[in-house]
Amino acid sequence: MAGEGDRLIRPGSGRGLLDVYGDRFLLKLLVRKEIKVRYRGSVLGLLWSYVKPLVQFLIYFVALGIFLNLQRGTPNYAIYLFAGIVLVNFFTESLSNATRSIVDNRDLIRKIYLPRELFPVATVWVSAAHFLPQLLVLIGACLVVGWTPSILQLAAVVLIFLMVSVLATGLGLIFGAVNVYFRDSENIVDMIVMVVTWASPVLYVWSMVQSVMGPWFWLYQLNPMTVAVEVFHWAFWEPTLRADQLSIGPIPPDLLTIWLPVAILISLVVLFLGQLTFRRLAIHFAQEL
Amino acid sequence: MTPHGHVAISCIDLRKQFVLRHTRSLKEALVWLVKGRKGDLSKKFLALKDVSLEVKQGETVALLGLNGSGKSTLLKLISGVLQPDGGTVRTRGRVAGLIEVGAGFHHDLSGRDNVYLNGAILGMTEKQIDEMFDSIVEFSEIGEFIDTEVKFYSSGMYLRLAFSIAVHTDPEVFLIDEILAVGDEPFQRKCIAKIKELSAKGKTLFVVSHDLDLVATVCERGVLLEHGNIIMDGEVHEVVRELRRRSEHAESEGSL
Repeated sequence: MAGEGDRLIRPGSGRGLLDVYGDRFLLKLLVRKEIKVRYRGSVLGLLWSYVKPLVQFLIYFVALGIFLNLQRGTPNYAIYLFAGIVLVNFFTESLSNATRSIVDNRDLIRKIYLPRELFPVATVWVSAAHFLPQLLVLIGACLVVGWTPSILQLAAVVLIFLMVSVLATGLGLIFGAVNVYFRDSENIVDMIVMVVTWASPVLYVWSMVQSVMGPWFWLYQLNPMTVAVEVFHWAFWEPTLRADQLSIGPIPPDLLTIWLPVAILISLVVLFLGQLTFRRLAIHFAQEL
Repeated sequence: MTPHGHVAISCIDLRKQFVLRHTRSLKEALVWLVKGRKGDLSKKFLALKDVSLEVKQGETVALLGLNGSGKSTLLKLISGVLQPDGGTVRTRGRVAGLIEVGAGFHHDLSGRDNVYLNGAILGMTEKQIDEMFDSIVEFSEIGEFIDTEVKFYSSGMYLRLAFSIAVHTDPEVFLIDEILAVGDEPFQRKCIAKIKELSAKGKTLFVVSHDLDLVATVCERGVLLEHGNIIMDGEVHEVVRELRRRSEHAESEGSL
């Protein structure tokens, strides 16, 4: 044996997320397992990934779009609504599952040493696997009403997907690790999940918030999920509008030049802090679980 | 062949303390903080006290001791599952544990999926598992049931498959906890033969078992732990004799 096998190393001291990359075969198997297991014994299987958000969408659309008549002020309200919902669903599903991932895998963590970051990261991948079909439904709906996106807008969709993944992984690492010590963590995350849907312009339009918050609107814009939803609106909803419908200003000022870079930066900082917290807390996972 | 003489496991002044915490709520912890950290939220318990141990490559070591002497804790420190509170552990080459075989099994997956999942968890690459797959199935005697979901397996089949994966991971250092929990007698004999074969190949074995006759046939060296201290380290038969003497002593004391 040459190289690594010849040195004495300290067992159980990993390099965090870098080890996850080294273990991507295991990551792939864990993700596949989760997907297989989630829909075991169900007739519709992966179709549930479509049915659930579709029902959620219909409820909101009927209650808000038709009963509250929001669709009068917002043309193509259905597209507007769905673009936000799928993104927020991806985020909330990743975050809540990542938070529970360490405790759920306690049998393994107590007995075998693995890079523990694998579990939260795997849950984000699983959520991505549920997000993609929803994205396809959204694209289908956009095409029906005449969607003509630019290359830039398509690139923004990919960028936002990556940004939300980074954000969810970072928060998932923090709350997942804390959850081992204090199960309160799960409840805090449930609350965040509840707030996120309303703290981003999913069901209403950003200009309503601006007229209320005035000079404090930047606080609202600091939330990376708000920016993510707004960019999704710009990429999916705006290109479906006719020229005479554009007057209401589909995106907030400086969205792409200032707020998008800020949101990306915040997400990266969260990931960094998440990794830091996770590494400190992971040392005692096995004895605390 | 692995060169005999290199250090495979090195433990220096290992100390491990467990905190027995009864509370698991943020509220109680906050109250405790506000009150100026008065009192103790927890009870402490020292599982290992300054344990130093060196195992050379190719050695077969039996870790002996009564319940609660710290055997499993030491094994978990070496595998990296636990981190020491003092001292250092270092290992050379890949370490794999036959610790509680089947920990990574998922009941709703087929035997085949579990072989891949468990193999990967124990550190095998995709290529290694592909190559070993037939041999794993053959050794486990699972046969055609390999594509059945594991939840329909008998407990014997389950353990045989788990053990079979573990012995095929081919690490440099094997940590083995309670090997004899595996299957019926013919399969046990097969396992022991396999373990002896591994040791003949120059693998380092580190075994924990309460079956003293068994470890005496598999291992050459014995280490006796009591209340977190190493109290004897030597030829396995002598250590087994000492342990028997001590447990009889403990028994007669207990009956008084």
